[in-house]
Amino acid sequence: MNAAAQLRAIAARAWRAVVWYAREVSGEARYEHYVERFAREHPGEEPLSERAYLRAREEHERLHPNTSCCC
Amino acid sequence: MTTATPAASQPAPDTAYTADEEARIIRNSSGLPVGIKPKMVWTWPKALLWAVIAIVCALAWSVLAIARGEQISAIWFVVVALSSYAIAYRFYAYYIQIKIMRTDDANATAAERVQDGANFERADRRVLFGQHFAAISGAGPLVGPILAAQMGYLPSVLWIILGVIFAGAVQDMLMLWISAKRRGRSFGQMATDEMGKVGGLIISVFLVVVTAIAMAFLALVAIKAMASSPWAVFSLGMTIPIALIMGCYERFLRPGRVIETTILGFVLLVLAIVGGGMIAANPVLAPIFTLNAKQLVVALVLYSFAAAALPHWLLVTPRDYLSTLMKIGTLALLVIGVVIANPQVQVPALTTLASRSNGPTFSGNLFPFLFITIACGALSGFHGAVSSGLTPKAIEKENQIRMIGYGSMLVESFTAIIALIAAITISQGVYFSMNMSPAQIEATAGSAYSASASPEQNAAAAVSRMDVQNIEGQRMRVEWQSGGTVVTGAEALDAAAHDVGEETLVSRTGGATTFAIGMANFLKSYLGGEGSIAFWYHFAIMFEALFILTTVDNGTRVARYQIGDLLGNVRKLRKFADPTWRPGNLITTFIATALWGTMLYMGVSDANGGINAMVPIFGISNQLLSAGCFMLVTVCVVKAGLGRYAWIPVVPLVWDVAVTFTADFEKIFDPQLGYFATASSLRASIDSGQLEGEALANAYASLSNAYLDGVLSVFFLVMMAAFLAVGVKTVVSTVRARAYGDHLTSQEPFLESNWFAPSGLIATRLERKVQHEFEHHPARRAELG
Repeated sequence: MNAAAQLRAIAARAWRAVVWYAREVSGEARYEHYVERFAREHPGEEPLSERAYLRAREEHERLHPNTSCCC
Repeated sequence: MTTATPAASQPAPDTAYTADEEARIIRNSSGLPVGIKPKMVWTWPKALLWAVIAIVCALAWSVLAIARGEQISAIWFVVVALSSYAIAYRFYAYYIQIKIMRTDDANATAAERVQDGANFERADRRVLFGQHFAAISGAGPLVGPILAAQMGYLPSVLWIILGVIFAGAVQDMLMLWISAKRRGRSFGQMATDEMGKVGGLIISVFLVVVTAIAMAFLALVAIKAMASSPWAVFSLGMTIPIALIMGCYERFLRPGRVIETTILGFVLLVLAIVGGGMIAANPVLAPIFTLNAKQLVVALVLYSFAAAALPHWLLVTPRDYLSTLMKIGTLALLVIGVVIANPQVQVPALTTLASRSNGPTFSGNLFPFLFITIACGALSGFHGAVSSGLTPKAIEKENQIRMIGYGSMLVESFTAIIALIAAITISQGVYFSMNMSPAQIEATAGSAYSASASPEQNAAAAVSRMDVQNIEGQRMRVEWQSGGTVVTGAEALDAAAHDVGEETLVSRTGGATTFAIGMANFLKSYLGGEGSIAFWYHFAIMFEALFILTTVDNGTRVARYQIGDLLGNVRKLRKFADPTWRPGNLITTFIATALWGTMLYMGVSDANGGINAMVPIFGISNQLLSAGCFMLVTVCVVKAGLGRYAWIPVVPLVWDVAVTFTADFEKIFDPQLGYFATASSLRASIDSGQLEGEALANAYASLSNAYLDGVLSVFFLVMMAAFLAVGVKTVVSTVRARAYGDHLTSQEPFLESNWFAPSGLIATRLERKVQHEFEHHPARRAELG
C-alpha cells in the first residue's frame, strides 16, 4: 500500500469515527439500537416503525421527566 | 517481553495474556471476562512521560506565580490547566477510585441490571462522557471568572484549578458513584434513604429555590448582553422560528435525523447573525428590535411560559440540539483560537482590588467572595443533582465512573479557564468600563463626572481615577486596537463599540459582553481576520444567550416538576405529583416562572445593575448545595466503613462550609455588604423624598430585591445548617454503633456482571485483548443465541 492510499484509509476511518460519535451522542442511532435489541429479544416479531418508536420515546420522556438541571 | 502463556479459555494467538495480565482479568462464574482490576502498571516510557508532565506543570505554575512586570502569554494558562488536570486525573482521582469507590467490574451496573430500553440502557463510555458533559455544562463557568478577574488572575486560576481537582470534580465523581450504586436514585431520594425524611425534604426544597435563583441570575446575564442591542435581540429572537422549523423538519420531513436537523439549524443560525448586522444598520428596523432590559424581561417570561406549554419536539428539543452543538463546537474553536492568537495577558497576578472589598464587579473581600463568584467552573452543587440523574443509569461498568464523573468536570473547569483568559487579555480599561454600572462610574469618576459628557468619556474618566495597575506595573489604560492603530481613552471605547457593531459597550455588566469581546479576539485571529470581529462578537453573544435560554427552558420544566412533587406531598394536593395532569402543569409552570421572573425583574431594576446583588446569592446557594453533596457523600463513606478515607470529601466540605457560611453571614449582618444594610440605606433615601419618577421606582425595586436576597440568605443558612446537623448526627450514630457495611445503606447488593467494556477514553492494549476474548467467548455466544 502506498502512502496516499494509507492516508486515505486513515482519513476514512477517522470520518467514520466522527459520524459514529455524532450519531450516538445526538441520539440518532437510538432507533437502530432498539431494532437490534428487539430482534434479539423478540425474534420473528415486527418492531415499531421509526416514527412510532420516536413517538413512544417522546411520550415516555413526557411521563418520566428528567429532573436534573443546569449550570 | 513475550512471556505469553496460553490462558484457560483458549484465547486466539493475538489475544494471549501474560501471567500478570491474566491475574488482573475479572471473570464471572461462566468464565466470561467482565473487567480488569485497576492497577498502575509502570513502564520506563510511561514514568518518563509523567515526569515530563510534572516538570512542565511546575514550570508553568511558577511562570504564572512569579511573573512580575513582564508580558506573559495566555498559553501558559492552558498549559497549567491541562497538565494539572492530567496529574489530578491520573493520580488523585485514581486514588479515590481505589480507596473510596472501590469500583468492581464483577458487579453489574444499574444499566445492566434493569435494561428497560429507556433510561436504563448501556451507553458507550465515550458517548456518555459527551452527554454528561453537555448535561453539567452551562453558562455558569463563563460568567464567574470574568467577574473575578478584577482582582487579578492568580486567585482565580488557583481556585479554578485546585478547586476542581480537590472539590468540584471529586463531588461530581462521588455523587455519580453513590447514585450508580443505588440504581441512579436522585439526590433528594438518596438524602432521604441515608439521612432520613428531614434531609430529603431539605434537599428537595433547596433545589427548587436554587434552580429559580440560577435561572434568574443567568437570564439577567443574557438580558444585560441583549439590552439596547438590536443585533443581539434580532438574532436571538430568530432562534424561535429556527427552532420551530427544525422541530417540524425533524418530526414531519425526516423523523429521527437529528444531525441533519442540527446542521440545518446551525446554517439558519449563522444567517440570523449575519441578518442581525443588517437590521442593526437599518435606521427603520433597528428601533423595532431595540428593547430595554425591562421589556426583555417581559418577553423572556412570556416566551418561557409558552415554551413550557408547547410540545417538547416543537421548541425545546431543537433548541437543545443547537445549544449542545454550540457548546462543544465553540469550546473547540476557542481552544484553537487561544493557541493561534497567542494573546498577551494584560492583567497582573494581583491587582490593588484584591486587598479591598469595594471592587466594581463584585463586592466583598477575596475570601470568601472570590470563591463564591467563581462557582460553576470550580465547584457547582447543581452537578450533584445532574450526576444523580440520567448518567448513572447508563454507565456500562463501574470502572468508567472516574472518566465520566471526574473527567467531565475537568472539561467544565477548562471552560472557566478559557473565560478567564478572555477577560484578562483585553485592555483593563475596557474591562472596567464594560463592567461598571452607570452609578459606579459616576461615583468613581467623582468630580471628573459630567452629566453632559458621553458615557464613554465618563467611563474613561472613572478608569483614570482607579489606581489599578496593569501587568507592567503602570497605571491601567483604556486601549483598543482598531484596524492596526491603537486608540486610547474614550475614543477607544467608541472604536470598540463601533467595531463590534454596538451602540455602546459602557456598563454592559454581567460578563457576557466581556466574554464576547475576548472570544471575538481569539476567533478573528484565524477565522476571517479583522473585519470579522463584529460577526464573532455576536456569535459569542448568541452562544452564551442560547446556552442561557436553554437553561431557562429546562430549568422552568425542572422547577415545575419539583414543585409538583413537593405539592404532591400534601395530601389534598396529591394530584400535582402527576406530571400528565394539564391544569396542575399550568399552575406549577406559572409558579416556577413567577419565582424567577420576579427575581429577574427586580434584578434589572436595580440601580447597580443587579449583577452585583445577584452574584453572591447565586454563588452562595450553589455552593451550599455542594456542601449538601459532600455531606451526603461523607455519610455514605462512613456508613461503608471507610472512615479513614472520609477526609477526601470532608476537606472540601469544611472549606466549602467556611466559604459559604462566612459569605452568607456577611451578606446578612455586615454593615457595608449586607442585604439588610443596603435595604435600610435605600429605605432612607426613599424616605428623604429626593427621588422621583423612574429613580423612585427603581429604588423600590432595589429595596424589595435587597429584602428578598436577605431573606433568602437567612433561609439558606438555616436550611443547610439543619441539613449538616442531620448529616453529622447520622455520622456520629453510625460511628457509635459501629454499624458499618454496604448492606446497611441503600446500596444495591452485588449482582454478577455479564458485560465487558474498557474503562478509559482510549482502550488499552490489554482492554482490546479482553474485548476480543469477550466478543468471541462461548458463554457470550450462547447468550446472543
